[in-house]
Amino acid sequence: MSDILVHIETRAGAIQPVSFELLTAARELAGATGMKVEALVAAAAPQEVAGQLGAADRVLAVAHPALEPYTPEAHATVLAETVRLRDPAIVLLGYSSVGLDLAPNLAVRTGRPLVSYCVKLAAAGDTIEAESLVYGGKLRATTRAKLPAIFAVTPGSYAEAQTGAAPPEILDLTPPDAINKLRTAFVSETRPPPGAVDLTQADRILCVGRGIADKDSIALAEEVAAALGAEIAGSRPVIDAGWLPKERQVGKSGCKVKPKLYIAAGVSGAPEHLEGMSGAELIIAINSDAKAPIFRVAHYGTTCDLFDFLPALGELLKSGGTG
Amino acid sequence: MLVAVVLRLVPDLSGEFEIADDGKDIDREWVGMRLNEFDDHALEEAILLKEAEGATVIALALAGEGADRMLQSAIARGADRAVKISHSAEGGLSSRAAAPVIAAAVRQLGVELVLTGVQTPEDLFGQLAPYLGATLDWPHVSAVGGLRAAGAGIEVQQEYSGGVAATLRLRLPAVIGVQTASQPPRYVSGSKLRQAMSEPIAVLESDAMPAADTAEILALREPARSGEAVMLEGDAETVADKLHDLLVERGLVRA
Repeated sequence: MSDILVHIETRAGAIQPVSFELLTAARELAGATGMKVEALVAAAAPQEVAGQLGAADRVLAVAHPALEPYTPEAHATVLAETVRLRDPAIVLLGYSSVGLDLAPNLAVRTGRPLVSYCVKLAAAGDTIEAESLVYGGKLRATTRAKLPAIFAVTPGSYAEAQTGAAPPEILDLTPPDAINKLRTAFVSETRPPPGAVDLTQADRILCVGRGIADKDSIALAEEVAAALGAEIAGSRPVIDAGWLPKERQVGKSGCKVKPKLYIAAGVSGAPEHLEGMSGAELIIAINSDAKAPIFRVAHYGTTCDLFDFLPALGELLKSGGTG
Repeated sequence: MLVAVVLRLVPDLSGEFEIADDGKDIDREWVGMRLNEFDDHALEEAILLKEAEGATVIALALAGEGADRMLQSAIARGADRAVKISHSAEGGLSSRAAAPVIAAAVRQLGVELVLTGVQTPEDLFGQLAPYLGATLDWPHVSAVGGLRAAGAGIEVQQEYSGGVAATLRLRLPAVIGVQTASQPPRYVSGSKLRQAMSEPIAVLESDAMPAADTAEILALREPARSGEAVMLEGDAETVADKLHDLLVERGLVRA
């Protein structure tokens, strides 16, 4: 037991950004502990992406048709078997839909500690001290877990490791027999309809959050967005309430955007939202709660009432124009 | 189909709260509690399944302060029965610690499908749905945005980033972590709620032992205030003026 195992997430044949971020975290820990970094790719044809994982010391490749497209059961089975075989001291997963499935499952199967919502990991002897954001980002928890242990890391917490270079070694592993007796099957995949708005291409976004309070107030925000030449977007509670269509969601279960201007109106700024928009060039936040986490990523902020603020801004925009 | 929906109260940090004296938890004596918002969606999805398929829905919770009221509200929403699990542990349990206790109750009740919220804001040591699934050795899926009965099993929509979703088919029994119900949680009238306050709640005595938490909390605190936004002060019109000037300065709007 001496290594760091990074679970690589692929979708439609592409390695997800969070996996490269995990490799950066793993390299940092490897530098501090002298451990090696192993990257697990479980897919129909893992060789096709293994060549991009030069940030790992070794790629563990498990090939089986049931591993693609993803199902929690197939991947949990392979991950548990890999941990049994390789006995890594540290297992890193992304806090994504996939990590949500796999990390607690692995913790039960192996009896190892699991710390979630991690934004920073530091080696301390035979333990890891982790920093996690909890309660929608309002509080930061410091935890200590004795190794061996599992960590689920929030996307956006580390820079992405270099791609391109090939890994020094690729080791093929045989999938366990259990993969032939699954109770979960993939049926189909859906993607946003063609012609739907693509927020990732927008250079101005006005995003409304829970603070918008009701569906009628969306119209107020839409008016300001129009005057600003911006796309209207919503955080998860607004989309879940059915006030805006799903393709206008920003955050973990929506789009990751990087506009020139991002105005967040009544958005608290939970980590799940921030991972979708913290790369925007200019972020302006309006929230009556001065402690809202959105103010930690915003460049400018105000606590004034958004129902007073939005009409006032709308008036000014209408008398001017967009540049 | 017998469905259990596991409901949990979580601290409401949109109001006032304080860190406990030991610096490792919030002060639970004073903080307000509310139904975990994802559990609200899980309950809605269970009721929709009942309406579509005639499923029987049990609202299930660990015994504790506020549990009765939460369970009765679930009956007002359309759950058929309410069961609270009486257990030996003192204080709150993490999702990991609670999983064996809830799993034992699920087996005892003969449930075929468990729904619960995909996460809570305090799942520092991991989330309940996969813990339950792994403990029961049942298939499980998290981040689900809708499900329906399909033959002898169910079909669920698992959501990923970028608006991508997959339909997965599971054999029962299974555990589902619901992120979003197929439609927003329904409104229940005050009179219906009051009526439900007299509904009986069955007590299920559990001798299952909670799992041990395997990591230690060293500290819980508000994040450092560095890197904060520049705050624009004044009334709404003043702030709108300042912001407008800023946008003009950046060439984003014309003066």
